Amino acid sequence: MAWNREQMAARAARELQDGFYVNLGIGIPTLVANYIPAGIDVRLQSENGMLGMGPFPFEGEEDADLINAGKQTITELPESSYFSSAESFAMIRGGHINLAILGAMQVAENGDLANWMIPGKMIKGMGGAMDLVAGVQRVVVVMEHEAKGASKVLKECTLPLTGKRVTDLLITDLGVFTVARRGEPQLVLIELATGVSIEEIQAKTKASFTLAFQ
Amino acid sequence: MNKVYSDTRQVLAGLLKDGMVIMAGGFGLCGIPEALIEAVRLSGVKDLTVISNNAGIDGIGLGRLLESRQIRKMISSYVGENKTFEQQYLGGELELEFNPQGTLAERIRAGGAGIAAFYTKTGVGTIIAEGKEIREFNGEPYVMEEGLVADLALIHAWKGDAEGNLVYRKTARNFNPVMATAGKVVVAEVESLVKNGQIGADHIHTPGIFVSRIVEVADGIKRIEQRTVRKPHVEANH
Repeated sequence: MAWNREQMAARAARELQDGFYVNLGIGIPTLVANYIPAGIDVRLQSENGMLGMGPFPFEGEEDADLINAGKQTITELPESSYFSSAESFAMIRGGHINLAILGAMQVAENGDLANWMIPGKMIKGMGGAMDLVAGVQRVVVVMEHEAKGASKVLKECTLPLTGKRVTDLLITDLGVFTVARRGEPQLVLIELATGVSIEEIQAKTKASFTLAFQ
Repeated sequence: MNKVYSDTRQVLAGLLKDGMVIMAGGFGLCGIPEALIEAVRLSGVKDLTVISNNAGIDGIGLGRLLESRQIRKMISSYVGENKTFEQQYLGGELELEFNPQGTLAERIRAGGAGIAAFYTKTGVGTIIAEGKEIREFNGEPYVMEEGLVADLALIHAWKGDAEGNLVYRKTARNFNPVMATAGKVVVAEVESLVKNGQIGADHIHTPGIFVSRIVEVADGIKRIEQRTVRKPHVEANH
């Protein structure tokens, strides 16, 4: 069974708190904006230089000067502000953003995160991901548990890192884990996705983890 | 003091040299100095090192300078969506230095502000930090990154005046204001050239001291890389 992309995004949205400044990455994290719980008011930051990101425009109202970090057309809200890339990353690196939700290729049991490069294959770049994981107060990773049958939750990442010990919470299609960013590595399974057994998650995880429940 | 030029060829006259370092503003295709990039292409200048967050896309922006093989090295944070780039890089024709986006912005800010280097947490423990000084502050490791300057910075702004004062529009601001501080020579293309005083001194984003030359490109085409729309509300009588 497991969760689909929308369910993973809805689970990630439960990490939002009223008044949070939040940066959403590309892919599943972008969908989180559709599941902001009622009564929770957040400001979305786009690292290309906008705070208070609005929804996609209606057809005919697209503005080439108004895009998000995924280069998609977006809209302005009454509370929006614009700023330079340097100021944007002062917000990010300076710890002013409460929460970042990002995708990943691999997460290790100690919180190491890899999401920007496959040597010899993919030449894209890290964009703002290294700054986000280094500077934002809390980092939530949302990703599929496996890629082509291989686990993405590992003892150690095999791909070049985006950051060392930077993950606070990992949400996959199979469940939710908390991660310790200091001290001994401590990956703890705190929730199972709908219809997923502990045996299935154990079989599909290449990292040591403990259970927060019986 | 005259900073205003009548076209993009003249505004770059005498400024271009093989092997030079050029900064180009923009994020994706948003706020790129496209008319100035086209003038650089037509000049035929080559072996360029280009500092820009992205590398354009095939046939647009810096993508055109890649196709004409005028770029030897790129310093960028993200170069996806560009087949020409990938082919030239994998074929060993093009040198590439990846910088995390915030580190790139801050290196440019530092370069323009006369700061030789700074320490950041970004990239510690990754291949980005390899070969760079690591220093501890308050028990946390930081990596040293150096300021960046360019021989020439190419800027796109919404409005400018004869003084060189600039205003950017919405997210087309991005890297433009920082790059405007970090070029030995800074050339700005503006969508409209207005009279001094018309912008309002409190609303100027880039003060004229940073801008060497300015040109109006009133008929520029702005492109959208990922046109994304929401569904219209369904009317009751529909």
